[in-house]
Amino acid sequence: MSGFIIQRLLQAIVVMAVMSVIVFAGIYSIGNPLEILIPPEATQDVRERTIARFGLDRPVVEQYFYYIRNLLQGDLGRSYIYNEPVLQLISGRLPATIELVLVSVLGALFIGVPLGMLAGYRPDALSSRIIMAVSILGFSVPTFWVGLILILTFAVELGWLPSGGRGDTAELLGTAWSFLTLNGWSHLALPAINLALFKLAIMIRLARAGTREVMLGDTVKFARAAGLSEWTIMSRHVLKLISIPIVTVFGLELGSTLAFAVVTETIFSWPGVGKLIIDSIKNLDRPVMMAYLMLTAGLFVTINLIVDLVYALLDPRLRKGGAA
Amino acid sequence: MSTPILEVSDLKTHFFTRAGVVKAVDGVSFSVGAGEIVGLVGESGSGKSVTGFSLMGLVDPPGRIVSGSVKLDGEELIGLSWDQLRALRGARIAMVFQDPMATLNPVLTIGTQMRLAISAHDKTSRRAADARAAEVLTRVGIPEAQSRLGSYPHEFSGGMRQRVAIAIALLHGSQVLVADEPTTALDVSIQAQILTEMRDLAAETGTALVWISHDLATVSTLASRLLVMYAGRIVEQGPVASVLRDPRHPYTAGLLRSLPATAEPGQDLFQIPGTTPSLLDPPPGCPFRPRCAHASDMCAADPPLETSGERGVRCFHPLRETVNA
Repeated sequence: MSGFIIQRLLQAIVVMAVMSVIVFAGIYSIGNPLEILIPPEATQDVRERTIARFGLDRPVVEQYFYYIRNLLQGDLGRSYIYNEPVLQLISGRLPATIELVLVSVLGALFIGVPLGMLAGYRPDALSSRIIMAVSILGFSVPTFWVGLILILTFAVELGWLPSGGRGDTAELLGTAWSFLTLNGWSHLALPAINLALFKLAIMIRLARAGTREVMLGDTVKFARAAGLSEWTIMSRHVLKLISIPIVTVFGLELGSTLAFAVVTETIFSWPGVGKLIIDSIKNLDRPVMMAYLMLTAGLFVTINLIVDLVYALLDPRLRKGGAA
Repeated sequence: MSTPILEVSDLKTHFFTRAGVVKAVDGVSFSVGAGEIVGLVGESGSGKSVTGFSLMGLVDPPGRIVSGSVKLDGEELIGLSWDQLRALRGARIAMVFQDPMATLNPVLTIGTQMRLAISAHDKTSRRAADARAAEVLTRVGIPEAQSRLGSYPHEFSGGMRQRVAIAIALLHGSQVLVADEPTTALDVSIQAQILTEMRDLAAETGTALVWISHDLATVSTLASRLLVMYAGRIVEQGPVASVLRDPRHPYTAGLLRSLPATAEPGQDLFQIPGTTPSLLDPPPGCPFRPRCAHASDMCAADPPLETSGERGVRCFHPLRETVNA
């Protein structure tokens, strides 16, 4: 097992190194921030001093190595626009995004999997057809539209829930969280539902497909022949058998949602990192873009690593094979 | 034969498919005494597995038991609710299947699977359940059973896996064990071991065994009585030795002639011409008629089961002479 972990960690380092080159080259090529940083009326002298201060007069390879050296020392640079350390900028926004994403992805998991199993258990029942209809809706309706409809219905027409912002927050571990207050939950509800709908649909589909397949197999038949109740069969045998694809997709969805919750954050004015990255792209704020993309890559690598470890926990057959 | 523990009469299990009604089991009757081993043989598609599942009340839709009676120790099982049947399954009537790789859950330890099977009928402490699981595993021939409870199915060999499955089926000392080709997926040498152990277990515990197989040779070493199934019906029945020595139904005779042991070395094996008929809306009359050398116009009607003593045959032209040694 430890050999397996070391191997995966080495892979992760290689992936991050390659990512850093690609991201740096990509950002370097999309535009020169000088046009935005330096006012057109600046003198040649000011121009040159600014360029030198940001190290933009050096060859691109040298700039890259400076960046990596600083990165390894924990320095992600300063934002050109906000003139704040990038790390501080992002970590100030990240909790909001993490909170929104966790609530929606976990919600989708804990609601979607039981619904999907129910639909797979009795595929012909009316309840199963309704569940599948909802999941098709979740797949096919665009997120931004659902967001607008949610605001129109629950915030504008009914006035039950606020349309944007984080609401009251409470401190935990030195950070402000909305989920600790009732008012915070009321602000969290609509964006979380909006973000969760697509994931809910995926979870329902996965759980249903897995359940249908497992239900036809001999494992379930043998468990029934041993007199196990249907509830025990579903909760102990079937759930564990269908969990591997669900964990995979859960991990991927968690990563991609953290990175790309942009649309929902924009619609509900949720002050997360999505809004920050959109602004930084508009302003060619290289350090912010760079740091954001590196963090995203790191996030995916970490989540995949965790998912692989969870596989080994879920499926004993992988424990030996994975270490070799 | 001792008092019957399992009595099946005129059991009919049909599958209602879009194409029509498939009469997989169409009027099967037999009984099994306590501790007796009965072999149910037939080709693939003869309805022998469906018969087994019908006894358990585990026929999958679109299949349904249409009529008939299954009595376990005098208690009628047909018509019981799912929950009533669940209380019996594993406790008084149990079943093992062909492929232990498919029946055991690959992601749960065998200890967990056995505990689940125990707690399905008895509320015991974890410690007591483990002790009982280990005891039954030892009885089916698994060494160091206590320490193997934490192992997963893939850590066992094929024969050991099937022993685990058999142990799960025997946890509650069932009166009847339905074994659906439990040795087919195993090596010949392992097969023989398990057959011997099963025979000893049946004798020891008084568990009646319904041994379903397509392999006449295996069944004949184990069972005391033979039921030959063809197209959803029992076409011949009787004590093993007597049926093997003196088959009356042309189908049984054909099966016996096609055994490799009866062939001359270097010669082709005998084959019964044709294939098993579709059970989808079968025409009336003897279903073996198209493949039978002895068929006559009479066979267009349904032959009744003619019994004499312990023997029974469903044929208008039963064979009289000894076909095979």
